[in-house]
Amino acid sequence: MSVTRLFGASVKRREDPRLITGRGAYTDDIKLPGMLHMAVLRSPYGHARIKAIDTAKAKAHPGVRAVYTGADLLGRMNPIPCAWLIPDSDLKVPAYHALAKDTVRFTGDGVAMVIADDPATARDALDLIDVDYEPLPVVTSQEQAAATGAPQLHDDAPGNLAFHWKFAHGDVDAAFRDAEVVVKHRFVQQRLVPNAMEPRSAVASWNPGAEELLIYNTTQNPHIARFLTAVTTSIPENKIRYIARDVGGGFGSKIPFYPGDALAVFASKDLGLPVKWTEDRRENYVATIHGRDQITEVEMAAKRDGTMTGLRVKALSNMGAYLSTAAPGVPTWLFALIVPGCYTIQNYACDVFGYFTNTTPTDAYRGAGRPEAAFLIERMADLLAAEVKMDPVEIRRKNFIPADAFPYTTAGTLSYDSGNYQAALDKALAMVDYAGLRQKQAELRQQGRYLGIGLSTYVEVCGLAPSAAAGAMGFQGGLWEPATVRVLATGKVVVLTGTNPHGQGEETTFAQMVGDMLGVPVEDVDVVHGDTGAIPMGWGTYGSRTTAVGGTAIYKATVKVIEKAKKLAAHLLEASPDDLEFEQGSFRVKGSPGKAKTIQEIALMANVAWNMPEGMEPGLEESTFHDPTNFTFPFGTHICVVEVDADTGEVKIERYIAVDDVGVVINPMIVDGQVHGGVAQGIGQALYEHAIYDEGGNLITGSMMDYTVPNATQIPTIETARTETPCPHNLTGVKGVGETGTIASTQAVVNAVVDALSPLGISDIEMPLTPERVWRAMRAAQASAAPTGQP
Amino acid sequence: MFAKDFSYAAPASLAEALALLQSQPEGEVKLVAGGQSLIPLLKLRMTEIGALVDVSKIPELHGITDDGDGVVIGAATTYFQAVNSPLVQKRCPLVIQAVSQVGDPQVRARGTIGGSLAHADPAGDLPAVALAVDAELRATGPSGSRSIPATAFFVDLMTTALQPAEVLTAVRFHATDAPHAGTAYVKHRHPASGYAIVGVAAAVWLNDDGTCRAAHVGITGAGTHATRAAGVEQALTGKRLDDATLTAACANAADGLDLMSDPYASGEYRAHLTRVLAKRALAQAAATAAQR
Ligand SMILES: Cc1cc2nc3c(=O)[nH]c(=O)nc-3n(C[C@H](O)[C@H](O)[C@H](O)COP(=O)(O)OP(=O)(O)OC[C@H]3O[C@@H](n4cnc5c(N)ncnc54)[C@H](O)[C@@H]3O)c2cc1C
Repeated sequence: MSVTRLFGASVKRREDPRLITGRGAYTDDIKLPGMLHMAVLRSPYGHARIKAIDTAKAKAHPGVRAVYTGADLLGRMNPIPCAWLIPDSDLKVPAYHALAKDTVRFTGDGVAMVIADDPATARDALDLIDVDYEPLPVVTSQEQAAATGAPQLHDDAPGNLAFHWKFAHGDVDAAFRDAEVVVKHRFVQQRLVPNAMEPRSAVASWNPGAEELLIYNTTQNPHIARFLTAVTTSIPENKIRYIARDVGGGFGSKIPFYPGDALAVFASKDLGLPVKWTEDRRENYVATIHGRDQITEVEMAAKRDGTMTGLRVKALSNMGAYLSTAAPGVPTWLFALIVPGCYTIQNYACDVFGYFTNTTPTDAYRGAGRPEAAFLIERMADLLAAEVKMDPVEIRRKNFIPADAFPYTTAGTLSYDSGNYQAALDKALAMVDYAGLRQKQAELRQQGRYLGIGLSTYVEVCGLAPSAAAGAMGFQGGLWEPATVRVLATGKVVVLTGTNPHGQGEETTFAQMVGDMLGVPVEDVDVVHGDTGAIPMGWGTYGSRTTAVGGTAIYKATVKVIEKAKKLAAHLLEASPDDLEFEQGSFRVKGSPGKAKTIQEIALMANVAWNMPEGMEPGLEESTFHDPTNFTFPFGTHICVVEVDADTGEVKIERYIAVDDVGVVINPMIVDGQVHGGVAQGIGQALYEHAIYDEGGNLITGSMMDYTVPNATQIPTIETARTETPCPHNLTGVKGVGETGTIASTQAVVNAVVDALSPLGISDIEMPLTPERVWRAMRAAQASAAPTGQP
Repeated sequence: MFAKDFSYAAPASLAEALALLQSQPEGEVKLVAGGQSLIPLLKLRMTEIGALVDVSKIPELHGITDDGDGVVIGAATTYFQAVNSPLVQKRCPLVIQAVSQVGDPQVRARGTIGGSLAHADPAGDLPAVALAVDAELRATGPSGSRSIPATAFFVDLMTTALQPAEVLTAVRFHATDAPHAGTAYVKHRHPASGYAIVGVAAAVWLNDDGTCRAAHVGITGAGTHATRAAGVEQALTGKRLDDATLTAACANAADGLDLMSDPYASGEYRAHLTRVLAKRALAQAAATAAQR
């Protein structure tokens, strides 16, 4: 396709004016006649048996319409389902009741709910519910949960083991037997809280006459939510309509189907009135999923010359108290397959153990498994470089999959579609003046200052996914996307997509693409998403799939529209379709400049259908159902430059360079924005964020006052650049950019800090690299380096 | 988040406020000013109050005036008003140095000088300033008005010398715009809340020969309440404030602190930061003093 004005242009996001002027329509903005409000009483204990619940006082409170406990739901609602049933792993899926039946298993587990006339009354009534708990022993970490004698969460999951999943390729034992060097390390991916700006919210409205459910909801995937609602509540799928138009961020936390959603539906159906539930920020911290929380033990086999030859990974993942919707797939498939990264290692084995603990369930959080993988391999690359005394740049060059080797099948059995890792690395090194920086670092070291340079040459797997692959992985759904492109009589265009952008900007990029292809102004193209009543099907927005998969579907549908329009134009112009060319929105007869019809004229004629060619149906609307043939594999090089304060251990990021290759770019400004946000979250993990539980299972960093979501002043200027290696297996060439920033950045920061402190003999610091942790590492290193007899 | 129901009154005079305070049993009524500390506590239901008495509309609690060697700031003056006062800027730069690091613009637009001191948050910035410049806190209660020196005001964790029925009316900050005087506020912010993990307010007065006439060091964040680092101050008097002297003196900066600890910073790290930041604050204050 020729690059024209819109495709590739930094068109401003059309979403922004309504969102930044407070005119968005978020779920909590919805007000329906007669609407009631729901509040959920949540367990204050990490683990306890419920001996008795007394709701009498709450029920008698003025303004309260109903109070329900777990007992009220029994037989009337199914447990919240898990929708990623990974095969061959002895997966255990214990019942996850929307309100606990007799045992609470994490602080935040639902115990009762109140329905009242207004939200404040509902909240007041929670304080009037008396629950008699018998506290049980608590286990919050996966390592504790795995220990013999650990408190047991579920009778049907002995040893708290949710699954043991294995993957192996090549001859790993031989690689280690023949290794000249083996580097081992244990990494901790701390637990994170996704913290979407908009908390979870649902407005459920049961229509007792039509026996239909309308539900407004903050979901990234309305059709999946519709399906899971049907499974949970037994309302037929065709009687459920989900609307999720403006969603205020998700980062994965709005993929799952939650107890709160099911409860709002239950209450609305039971009372015959609309019910709104909006969690507050404290609830969001404990009752919306968490991310990461994985401990890995890694061994890398290599040659003395720095060639990586084998990799062995054992991962322990903390699943929380129950299995959330997509949870089992995250630390297994989404993590393990991409661990070998952009290197030619062909012998690789990975064992993943998932454990239940008395914590909030974990699930996909931006990057989902792939940040853990990229962190692991990129930290190991640096550790190997240190071991064989090579520059971190050289160790990477030595092991890169060469640019002429694509498509390349990895030890993770993925077929990397296209790539040029060397080019991205070279560009980043030039931007940062790597040689100059190394010299500056040496000079500063003479002055007792700690400058560090950290590299991350990452590759990720996104554009989820061929549906057959999804099925083989146990994902209980497909990952194709439908699209409809409808040209109205006035020439205005409506695009339907089953993806559900919630901050990524596809209302703009999709309009750019279609506007460009049809030759109509971008303003004339409307993108409709987030309504199961309007959109035939869809699998949602996550896994950096929206543009690569949903966008390709739209591309295909638009091509079909043009084909049909061309036939109609030929008919009206009394020419052969072969003699027509389509450019800038006009069908012209080649060689007769005067003979032309605009797409708008054709649209009008198609819609009125006064003069259609023989056999052609009226209207100008086409649909497709696009199933990708492969994943996509964005890659790039990020470089972080830090200085560590020798006195306080504070890390200051001096420069941050992000060279990404996300395939063809439709809107550079939006791509930059996605990188900025992703990098901010990656830096957040490296330096700031940490969900910490105490021994009783209380989340002690459970608010914005103590859990650090970095703000603008804590994020450096991010210098973005790109190389462009198109995706060869879809029509747009797009790979996806939603998660690259997060996947690429965390290890760049940690590598930089470790590089800064390497003169002290420091080889690792556990995340987040808070000033105290860095200070302690420095102090310990200095103490062990001090000559004996000295303090 | 929803607070429990409470009644609200906004009296137009100090007398009326005092009467309202006494009209309810102790513990069931509380003053509110900017609400930046109290309202979150109510919304989180960490505290419950039946009645709030808003002091922000009481004329006696407003105004910024010069009284010779000090500046008197009305208790209901917002941070924003204080930092934009030319008088405060000229005569009490330490207030500006600290207040400009409090929270964010929204917090500074509503939070008040009096509310901050009366709340005595162990991680609040202003208490360190009040200590370093020998502030005087003026209060009025049922039995009349009194003046409390800052050194006697911060008693314990969120506990001050104020009586429940007393209203803080004004704070008098000692001016530091004399020749050879300098101040500095150095803070390690909690990365999430912005509050002080450790904040050190330093005021230094030099003799003509450049030696230290007096040094005051107020420390907040590290311990359960703001305190003066008397040991450091004494070690500096009469000395030239060079790097070695400051390092030696500040080695004792954390002595006697009732150290706090949280997931972000342990007591041990807070003590370390106190020593590092005390030195930085004193060095900055001394450099300013030397130039004036
Ligand atoms: C997001 C955020 C960040 C913050 N960051 C910081 C920071 O970095 N540094 C910092 O120091 N503070 C910070 N604060 C707290 C802020 O400084 C508060 O404004 C201040 O502590 C209280 O002032 P106020 O006027 O809002 O008091 P209120 O919240 O209204 O009252 C606080 C207490 O003082 C009492 N009180 C108020 N006025 C009087 C009076 N005249 N007489 C007697 N008692 C009175 C009240 O009864 C109450 O107990 C932050 C607050 C928020 C919300």
